[in-house]
Amino acid sequence: MIDSLYVAWRYLTYNWGRSLTLVACVTLIAVLPLALELLLGESQRQLLDRAETTPLVVGAKGSSLDLAMNSLYFGDTVPEPIPMATVARVADTGLAEPIPLYVRFKARGFPIVGTNLDYFEFRGLKIAQGRTLSMLGECVLGAGVAQALGLEPGDSLFSSPETLFDLAGVFPLKMHVAGVLAPTHGADDLAVFVDLATAWVIQGLMHGHEDVTRVTDPTLVMGRSDGNVTATAKLMQYNEITPENIGSFHDHGDPAEYPITAVIALPRDTKSGAILRGRYVGADPDTKGDAQTQQILVPGQVIEGLLANIFRIKNVLDAVILVVGTATVLALILVFALSLRLRQREIRTIFKLGCSRSTVARLLGAEIGIILAAAATLTGLLLAVVAHFDEPLVRALFIR
Amino acid sequence: MIEVRDVQFAYRGGSFRLAIPALRVPGGERLAVIGPSGSGKTTLLNLIAGILTPAQGRVEVAGSEVSALADAQRRDFRIRTIGFVFQDFELLDYLDVLDNILHPYRISALRLDRTVRERARALAERLGVGDKLKRRADDLSQGEKQRVAICRALLPGPRLILADEATGNLDPHNKGLILDLLFDSVDTHGATLLAVTHDHELLPRFDRVIDFADFQPDSRPDAKGGAAA
Repeated sequence: MIDSLYVAWRYLTYNWGRSLTLVACVTLIAVLPLALELLLGESQRQLLDRAETTPLVVGAKGSSLDLAMNSLYFGDTVPEPIPMATVARVADTGLAEPIPLYVRFKARGFPIVGTNLDYFEFRGLKIAQGRTLSMLGECVLGAGVAQALGLEPGDSLFSSPETLFDLAGVFPLKMHVAGVLAPTHGADDLAVFVDLATAWVIQGLMHGHEDVTRVTDPTLVMGRSDGNVTATAKLMQYNEITPENIGSFHDHGDPAEYPITAVIALPRDTKSGAILRGRYVGADPDTKGDAQTQQILVPGQVIEGLLANIFRIKNVLDAVILVVGTATVLALILVFALSLRLRQREIRTIFKLGCSRSTVARLLGAEIGIILAAAATLTGLLLAVVAHFDEPLVRALFIR
Repeated sequence: MIEVRDVQFAYRGGSFRLAIPALRVPGGERLAVIGPSGSGKTTLLNLIAGILTPAQGRVEVAGSEVSALADAQRRDFRIRTIGFVFQDFELLDYLDVLDNILHPYRISALRLDRTVRERARALAERLGVGDKLKRRADDLSQGEKQRVAICRALLPGPRLILADEATGNLDPHNKGLILDLLFDSVDTHGATLLAVTHDHELLPRFDRVIDFADFQPDSRPDAKGGAAA
């Protein structure tokens, strides 16, 4: 058998182009459905695990899927903002504990999640290095972010500008890394957590600058009247919050109206959850008419709907793969059959030398075996790679 | 060594018929077979080698009745007893010289060990292809291919060597050289040589010549052909 394998190996390496093509075809047929199965299994796990542990989410009316994906997985599609006052209104019902979320900005491609410390407790997030958020301008990194960017406590990270040439737009804020979270193998690994106020600083709703009442440079002041000083655009705003300038950070509006993207509502019990959901069906006075502009959703139901669609598509893909696979297998059989015809002279020669039919069959079997073994090895390697990167792949393919 | 008696053979669906009432080749003889194309020279070699089986009659080689052996036994007998040098060498392009020489061992029950490998190297050295053992067959000249084919035929130490136009397509110098090598190898192994050839200038070097053009084996089993040595 070793001799058969050796001769088969020599034949395959001599015809390496044909052999590689065959291996690639077989590998593709095997990898596609298996990788799809693997990724869908992982996506189901990721989506459902997180959705089922998040009882209710309040957000702006619109796509419930976008709201769920943004609140649970910090997806790219940002729902319409709702006012911060919603948090207080949910709390005032006494039915649920609210956790605000503001997921709009990014830092080097990773979502910045504005929230409060309750979120860490709710998700069971543990600090692996450094400490938790304690000062404006600080951030805590998910394990994946810290690993990808090579950051640790004491380093800093800039938020990304939303538009490059918009002078009135969001400017980068240099955030100080206070801590790094332990891995959770979920969306939190790939997020940058900041205090809500820091998110508003990034947006420009809160800012810090030199005390305009004390500036001496006349080009920084547009006008003074009755103790009010109007600064010019030349007045530089701080792009980093330090112990020295933190006192200068302030806002000019009503924080209750400042934007957030969602409120995670943790009902006290099932009944409270049901009552709270009921209040968003009509304009309940206790929610101050939020039901006109807001929705409450059960993430598990939304995600199950999404998964149902994904699996419907998967069934179609399975059918397509089956057809393509069958066609490829038939093509491979044809390739082998034609190859046998081309090798008639060689086969005749080895028969003449004294080779038996079973040895010829063994030689051809060894060739097929080597191709299948190579394809199986390659399939295994590719599946191992897919399995290793399934979390980010699932995030890139299914959760955005 | 070879005893052919009352053999009749016809290809299925063809008009060609070969009838050999009697042919005897003693051990150690160098026999040349000549004749026009299509006269049955290659068919005779194939019958002796057990590649073809006669419809009638018996073919005996080295004391074994080849025509009566079962298919598997015939193959085993062939690989152990007969070395075949084919007309177009029929080397396998995807194997190097050494692997081509060793090929009969890889496709049969013959045991391939270090001794055999060393013997293959020595044989290749003797036939002038010892420095090309790692070259692939499709990278050799015609003369080199011929030598490799002879090495492959001789390696198992056959008692009978069948050469089917082994010197065809070669220039006169190389023809002589190849024949020298074949005769030398036959002498070294004490084998019998039956060679089909079209080269009349080589015939004087053979012990006996059979011409298929006027071959009457039944009446002249020991007859020498027109250009007998």
